[in-house]
Amino acid sequence: MKLHKNDNFSRRNFLKTSVLASGGMLIGFNFLTACKPEAKMPVDIASLNFNDFNAFIKISDEGYVTIFSPNPEIGQGVKTSMPMIIAEELDVEWKTVTVAQGILDTKNYTRQVAGGSQSIRQGWDALRQTGATAKQMLVNAAAKKWNVDATTLKASKGIITNEKGEKLGYGAVVKEAALLEVPEKAQLKETKDFTIIGQDAINVDIDKIITGEPLFGLDYKTEGMLYASVLRPPAFGQKLDTYDDAKAKAVNGVSDVLKFGDKIAVLASSTWAAMKGKKALSATWKTDSKAESTEKHDKILNKILDGKDFDVRREDGNIKKAFSTADKVIERTYNSPFLPHNCMEPMNFYADVTADKIHLVGPIQTPQWTANRVAKLLERKVDEIHLEMTRMGGGFGRRLYGDFALEAAEISNLAKKPIKVVFSREDDMTAGTYRPAIKYRIKASLKDGKVTGYHLKEAAVNGNMYGLIPNFFPAGCIPNYKVETGNYKSNITTGAWRAPYTNFLAFAEQSFFDELATELNVDAIQLRLDLLQNVKNTDDKRIEYSGQRMEDTIKLVREKSNWGKNAEGTYQGFAAYYSHNTHVAEVAEIELKDGIPVIKKVTVAVDCGVVVNPTGAKNQVEGGVIDGIGHAMYADFSFKDGKPEYKNFDKYRLIRMGETPKVEVHFVQNNLSPTGLGEPGLPPAGGAVANAINAALGKRLYNQPFVNEIKKSSILG
Amino acid sequence: MPNYTLNVNGKQVSVTADADTPLLWVLRDELNLVGTKFGCGIAQCGACTVHIDGVATRSCQIQVSILDNTKITTIEGLSKDGNHPVQEAWKEIDVPQCGYCQAGQIMTASAFLAENKNPSEEEIRNAMHGNICRCASYNRIEKAVKVASQKM
Ligand code: FES
Ligand code: FES
Repeated sequence: MKLHKNDNFSRRNFLKTSVLASGGMLIGFNFLTACKPEAKMPVDIASLNFNDFNAFIKISDEGYVTIFSPNPEIGQGVKTSMPMIIAEELDVEWKTVTVAQGILDTKNYTRQVAGGSQSIRQGWDALRQTGATAKQMLVNAAAKKWNVDATTLKASKGIITNEKGEKLGYGAVVKEAALLEVPEKAQLKETKDFTIIGQDAINVDIDKIITGEPLFGLDYKTEGMLYASVLRPPAFGQKLDTYDDAKAKAVNGVSDVLKFGDKIAVLASSTWAAMKGKKALSATWKTDSKAESTEKHDKILNKILDGKDFDVRREDGNIKKAFSTADKVIERTYNSPFLPHNCMEPMNFYADVTADKIHLVGPIQTPQWTANRVAKLLERKVDEIHLEMTRMGGGFGRRLYGDFALEAAEISNLAKKPIKVVFSREDDMTAGTYRPAIKYRIKASLKDGKVTGYHLKEAAVNGNMYGLIPNFFPAGCIPNYKVETGNYKSNITTGAWRAPYTNFLAFAEQSFFDELATELNVDAIQLRLDLLQNVKNTDDKRIEYSGQRMEDTIKLVREKSNWGKNAEGTYQGFAAYYSHNTHVAEVAEIELKDGIPVIKKVTVAVDCGVVVNPTGAKNQVEGGVIDGIGHAMYADFSFKDGKPEYKNFDKYRLIRMGETPKVEVHFVQNNLSPTGLGEPGLPPAGGAVANAINAALGKRLYNQPFVNEIKKSSILG
Repeated sequence: MPNYTLNVNGKQVSVTADADTPLLWVLRDELNLVGTKFGCGIAQCGACTVHIDGVATRSCQIQVSILDNTKITTIEGLSKDGNHPVQEAWKEIDVPQCGYCQAGQIMTASAFLAENKNPSEEEIRNAMHGNICRCASYNRIEKAVKVASQKM
């Protein structure tokens, strides 16, 4: 792309415009400074080049708009919704907009991480400002052309109109606009005037997806690239002892076998040959640290719960007193297994390490962090690294961890060739970074028909709940309240998994509240609404959720699900949860078929602020709910002597079409800043289903996956 | 390595591969047809589904050596302009989430609808049960198959 010399800056906006030699105007902006206007310039502005701007809007002479979306796409739809926000304020028609994968340099994004449902929330104001500023520049250019005051002009749908009714398309003024000062302020639209935000827009990559064009990391290849299949220690706690690669090297297509650390890479001209070569390797392993088993984890976590070694994460009132003066005390323990992420696209990464640069390509949620780690590993400068992100076949947290990219870089560095590491499903499921096994023990005191005390203990492998969680519901609703966490360090690697901690905690708490409602003889929804009254006018700044928004969300699901008015032979269960800044309430409805619960429908109410793209938002929530149900119902995982006992989808059960309920999503209407949707639909789903199963069978579920418990009980014989 | 002639998407192509190489990897690595996806390699997920003589088949399980005199269709060859009724329905309903499983879903659905022009909800759910979507776009897949059946 050739750029005309006349670049323009404004310190305040840190937006840069250029006339393109090929025609049209390019507006570069930088998330770092766009989000933090007070941030210092990283370098002398005169020496900045366009590489310092990573998000771009291009407006052609014909008025066509291309927006380069900066956030990695893992299926949460931000590649569509973020450009929609820019286009809205720029005031162009969505059909004239093309969205391209962002310029792939990794520098200077505030939020080039697609995890934790934050993409939309953090980008919202910056994106609106950027679009509005660009529009103002175009209007100013038109004003100059007509020699009138810019305030007398109107712009809409890519056309600027003056008082005489004369019109200029954006394309007609781009050249002039690019040379103007960047205005310091630009008027944002009123939400009621939105024409793009709130309208359905389909996935921008849809045509490529349905015709099978290359899009994903696994589809990426370069001339002469070799495929690498890696043999890793089969058990956690093991190290490589000896190996023999003679048979592997004899496999057709295998060109090299390389040991790195405790791993062995087989390089070949095709994926199949690499995989075959790996199978032909023979290796012996030595035990380096303890070989752990699920049984042992279970005992250890129970011991933690029974013990005294906890960190207090929040404490209100006096729970001791609440328990000693209670009419009744209820205590329950909830158990969850480790879980692999199982992205549909197995982990993979391309690396070409040469003397003067390092080229990395693949599906990664943390490009900057990964580039830094590769630089450190290979003792190279981070400037030498060029990392490109591809579309990702699912993330769920797994692609936050760049272990596979580091492997690729290390192998390419040794092989001195471009290579791509490809995980088999077995590699993907056994290589680690699991959701850790966790147990919750919850104790509540009841007195005079009220919940007076609440004590939650967490016993988890490796990590513990993040700091905000103790301030989620029911914090602030119950006067005597305590959250404590205890921990066991394992050599099995763990990491974030879609809606970390809350993915299981919400089930535990929401089933527990269902039991409390039964105990208090009140309607399950009414119990939550009553409790929420206590937090509505709180002056406790730590409280994360809004009592009012939660109440509105719950009321919406109560109405839409026909709560309590369900048909004969159907059973309902309710759960509500706040996470990732979004309030969600769900009602699951089940039927019994030959005594076995069949989940028919889940009605969902969501408060995620302004709904940018209703189709995309609905899809997100639907997926989250079904994912939540699938893992709560079926997902099991275990270890024996450090070895994962599940390796592929024959034994590891994922939810399929036949087990999937209809999901009906309703949004709470408001004008508040949009919040994320990738995760929040998931946490309440397990609780809603468990509570419905209890309504049908009179059986409380305490352990995931439910299917094991249901099987164990007499229900299935 | 032996040489094989295959008929893929209406074209005769020649590939050099070991006899036991699954069609999946021949398509992806040798023929650059990467629309067909790898998900499990053991016939469990359906991401690798192609048509062999019109029948939905898991390409991770079919060896390249047994494919002479067959017609192989992949997602790239399902229609000329991406306008097979199933593809159109997928677009209309905005089915994909991450999109990775969708080629397999579309190939399963299109082979199914070629046999059953007017399927019931139950039949659709059964037909699609073998294809995993980790993003759980199942509600929309079901709807899109219905919509596609009306377009066929
Ligand atoms: S890759 Fe063939 S069925 Fe999963
Ligand atoms: S859309 Fe992601 S696996 Fe189906």
